[in-house]
Amino acid sequence: MKKTLFDKVWDSHVVHSIENGPDVLFIDRHMIHEVTSPVAFQGLKTRDIPVMYPEKTFATADHNTPTINQHLPVEDPLSANQLRALEENSNEHGISYWGLGHKKNGIVHVVGPEYGITQPGATIVCGDSHTSTHGAFGAIAFGIGTSEVEMVLATQCIMQQKAKSMRINVNGSLNRGVTPKDVALYIISKLTTSGATGYFVEYAGGVFRNMSMEGRMTVCNLSIEMGARGGMIAPDEKTFEYIKGREFTPVGEAWDKAMSYWSTLKSDEGAQFDHEVTFDAADIEPMITFGTNPGMGMAITKDIPMAKDVEGAVNTYKKSLEYMNFQEGDNMIGKPIDFVFLGSCTNGRIEDFRAFASIVKGRKKADNVTAWLVPGSHKVVSAIKEEGILEVLQEAGFALREPGCSACLAMNDDKVPAGKYAVSTSNRNFEGRQGPGARTLLASPLVAAAAAVTGKVTDPRELMELEMAH
Amino acid sequence: MAYDKFTVLKSTGVPLPIENVDTDQIIPARFLKATERKGFGDNLFRDWRYHPDNTPKKDFVLNNPIYGGKILVGGKNFGSGSSREHAAWAVYDYGFRCVVSSFFADIFRNNCLNIGVLPVQVSPEFLHKIFTAIEADPKTEIVVDLQEQSITLTATGEKENFDINDYKKQNMLNGFDDIDYLLNIKEDIRDFAKNAPL
Repeated sequence: MKKTLFDKVWDSHVVHSIENGPDVLFIDRHMIHEVTSPVAFQGLKTRDIPVMYPEKTFATADHNTPTINQHLPVEDPLSANQLRALEENSNEHGISYWGLGHKKNGIVHVVGPEYGITQPGATIVCGDSHTSTHGAFGAIAFGIGTSEVEMVLATQCIMQQKAKSMRINVNGSLNRGVTPKDVALYIISKLTTSGATGYFVEYAGGVFRNMSMEGRMTVCNLSIEMGARGGMIAPDEKTFEYIKGREFTPVGEAWDKAMSYWSTLKSDEGAQFDHEVTFDAADIEPMITFGTNPGMGMAITKDIPMAKDVEGAVNTYKKSLEYMNFQEGDNMIGKPIDFVFLGSCTNGRIEDFRAFASIVKGRKKADNVTAWLVPGSHKVVSAIKEEGILEVLQEAGFALREPGCSACLAMNDDKVPAGKYAVSTSNRNFEGRQGPGARTLLASPLVAAAAAVTGKVTDPRELMELEMAH
Repeated sequence: MAYDKFTVLKSTGVPLPIENVDTDQIIPARFLKATERKGFGDNLFRDWRYHPDNTPKKDFVLNNPIYGGKILVGGKNFGSGSSREHAAWAVYDYGFRCVVSSFFADIFRNNCLNIGVLPVQVSPEFLHKIFTAIEADPKTEIVVDLQEQSITLTATGEKENFDINDYKKQNMLNGFDDIDYLLNIKEDIRDFAKNAPL
């Protein structure tokens, strides 16, 4: 039978299938962080059982960590307690722990690929919905709840029914100023925030083939924002080139053996998907969101849709615009903003800082803007310094913070105040996501940079065009 | 951890006719800092329920004494967003044992099933009927029968069947959980691991 990429990876990890029930799925790599793991460890303690394969679990602290003065003790006692619990649990069970201050510390979905933990054809889970990021390497990667974290710790398996399959093709070439983030926000705006629920997505077509690994990670990361269990892209030369030589990547004979598996990882010609959609890259412009879920996005030059033209409940739509203090029919360009957040597991990689720097170079941060530039890991910090990006940012009046999830979910002190607008490269614009009452406009690093230097929503292409004219 | 058995639930319902209720609304991230599973119900729908000065928002349904019960009835695409099981814990800890909607986000649905909260997916039409019935009479009784896989509005007798896979159904009826199952096949898992692809 012809198989999809998803079928191949899933089927090869099924330990046992229950009729009219879930599959027992073997997990190759498990990542944990401080927020969704403590209760799972407590469960192990209650049952008095060990971690079955501690070498398959990796711990990093990222969700509630401060992004300044990381060398000092964490001030918030609750956060400090959670961090301590992660460290103690990891040590007790022999799990690698990359805590605050560790040179490998960073956002779990940034460091996983950086150190070669993320590999094609693997099953990867973490108590975090953006685990879908790792699908960029042709892995089946998805977020799980804490009960499932406990299952993986105890038995290296979870029990889930196999998702349906969907292929999303984007063909052609991207327009100038259009980044992987825009591609993802475009797809979500078309499919809605629940349009892929129940599915596992494969991204295919020229746009993804030509995309860097960082870009693919951004796209797969956002799969969950249209409800998909996860998203994946078939591995290719670019993938193998990226993972080669990283700390946890196999070498020698093990590499050859892995390659013989990895080279089979593509959907067979004629394999059937439960659903398939196709988009044309030429239709995609720089995107921005105007509402309170990631599906409420549009080309930055467009007007906010009228309630009568929108699918779904009118009361929900109006509640959303009311929260944002926007009117139907408003144009976003020129709307004043207060904060800019560059970072997160969506856009906290070196390519994102390069893009941001390309716009702010030779310009100055707008006085009305507070900017938080938060690299995804220490490795990203090093690259920012080595490539001279730090000087560009500093000359333009920006400072760099230390790695962590930061204002993406505002568990630490990086909270956008109530009523303020933030252009954010992160993944969710839910009510209060970046702080109680905060209003989030999701966008690419280019759009964030354009907003940071102009103090308002600005089409980045205008600034790019100015550069051309010089 | 084994949890309460779920057989038949007869209760009034609490209506939340809003679509895309995400887990950041169910429990905001700043309340995820506990290392133990307790007290999350206090912060269920925190920012919809309370003003910044912690006084209750009078127009929010959980603050309206005419509504109550163990069944939460939400709009389409309930529980989207983060994988935080804390959202399901908050729903449970507040006192709900069943969430009804016309559509659930995947991870939230799984999390509910894993802790013994029954997610009941009904048709948009039946969801509308439930909202209408509660609006007409907040004390109207809803009956959720897991064995029969049915949900009934007692007043009118209107009834709909819902899906749940047999394995999860048996788990919920008996109060078993997945870890109980997995621990029993640990040797099979060990054998599998020896030949795992990676």
